[in-house]
Amino acid sequence: MFDFLEDYDLLGAFWTTVQLAVLSAVGSLIWGTLLAAMRVGPVPLMRGFGTAYVNIVRNIPLTVIILFTSLGLNQTLGVSLGANDVETINFRLAVLGLILYTSSFVCEALRSGINTVPVGQAEAARAIGLNFNQVLGLVVLPQAFRSSVVPLANVLIALIKNTTVAAAIGVAEAAVLMKEMIENEAQLLLISAIIAFGFVILTLPTGLFLGWVGKKVAVKR
Amino acid sequence: MSSVLYDAQGPRAKRRNVVLTVVFLVAVAALLWWVFGTLKDKGQLEWALWEPFFHTEAWSTYIWPGLQNTLKAAALAVIIAMPLGAVLGIARLSDHAWVRVPAAVVVEFFRSIPVLVLMIFGLALFAEYTNVSSDDRPLYAVVTGLVLYNASVLAEIVRAGILALPKGQSEAAMAIGLRKGQLMRLILLPQAVTAMLPAIVSQLVVIVKDTALGGAVLTYSELLSAANTMSGYYGANVIASFTVVALIFIALNFALTSFASWLERRLRRAKKSTGAVVAANDAQIAGTTGTGGGGTI
Repeated sequence: MFDFLEDYDLLGAFWTTVQLAVLSAVGSLIWGTLLAAMRVGPVPLMRGFGTAYVNIVRNIPLTVIILFTSLGLNQTLGVSLGANDVETINFRLAVLGLILYTSSFVCEALRSGINTVPVGQAEAARAIGLNFNQVLGLVVLPQAFRSSVVPLANVLIALIKNTTVAAAIGVAEAAVLMKEMIENEAQLLLISAIIAFGFVILTLPTGLFLGWVGKKVAVKR
Repeated sequence: MSSVLYDAQGPRAKRRNVVLTVVFLVAVAALLWWVFGTLKDKGQLEWALWEPFFHTEAWSTYIWPGLQNTLKAAALAVIIAMPLGAVLGIARLSDHAWVRVPAAVVVEFFRSIPVLVLMIFGLALFAEYTNVSSDDRPLYAVVTGLVLYNASVLAEIVRAGILALPKGQSEAAMAIGLRKGQLMRLILLPQAVTAMLPAIVSQLVVIVKDTALGGAVLTYSELLSAANTMSGYYGANVIASFTVVALIFIALNFALTSFASWLERRLRRAKKSTGAVVAANDAQIAGTTGTGGGGTI
């Protein structure tokens, strides 16, 4: 019953999915943190940029962004992100698209964390004579990060699922393999079950674990 | 200052902000310079490539039909997923384990699978087991995928909506002798529906965005695939076509998002209600406090 699996690189496909997810997660955490810093910072122009970026990017479908990185950035404008073969180029473009999209949600998750810190905390910190860096580094951010864990975990899970959108530009990840297997084998239910199971394995433990971490570190108010 | 993070600024902070503003402006200007330079080099700024969008033909032949299909798939998905989600959500709150557990399994399972995988499954399912014509199959597949996924997301929203109501509501209902069915039907659901409106509207944004997958992977002729067709027809104006389509998506989704947050503010202000609201992104948060899965961006 499972014989046909030998002809396909199931683990390889899911490995690509994991790579897409991990690289994009790191990238969007960095870019998303920068955006959040801009959005809550004191410089009006940066605040405006952060707000505009988030509101524009999160309202565009990820599919449009990823397809655009391939058709627009690569094929029309000749951006190849330092790669030579089509496969690597598409992989990097997909990561770029995922980062651009996901970082707007990371920004919102972090901002919601910062907003959970009561104003009184910072006021108390200033009252005992801490300077700006100390207020931020010792009082506000530690609490903000702790209450951002759960929303960030949700973004990560959504990101893992969103890696399938890379199928639109032919990155050989799990959804592409699923399509290929369905076309060649008469095992629709079995194939779908295997792919679905793969994603359940990737997302469910991540959610459970980070949900547990989030509860453990959350500041009780 | 309403900000948690910084004080009212003194002269030094003000000077620093001016410097930061200038540096940031220069960086953005350099980026824009590079973008427009590249666009110009590749001839993408030629008027001929943008001109079609100022005539009705492009709109009536490509964009409007595409937008109609996008809206059709999204609307069908919502209409079918809503009752399913309500049933699943209420089932998850049942007192009987044999109702609660299967509902939970179904919800968590479909929430942890990418919607694209469900769409691909739907396409093959309709091809193999039904005689839906191959023209209609992409629509059926897109709607199937969206329904399976969003029914489970809406189930979580319904559950969060009911749980958000103050306990006194059900206690009072039980005290005056209502049965469990009456409690749900007469007391909890009517209030929960209002409480979860913002979350449902913002889930609509996710649904509209996900229809684009149908265009890119399943040959469903919606708005995104209209961009592809146009750039073929009007002489490789990829940049122009994608810009126009992206702007339409942004306008549509921004309207929905703003509507959702307006609803949310209104509900929070309302004096007559219990003040229970499922915020636009609370449903996602309810996800991980539950059993994992989740994540609906």
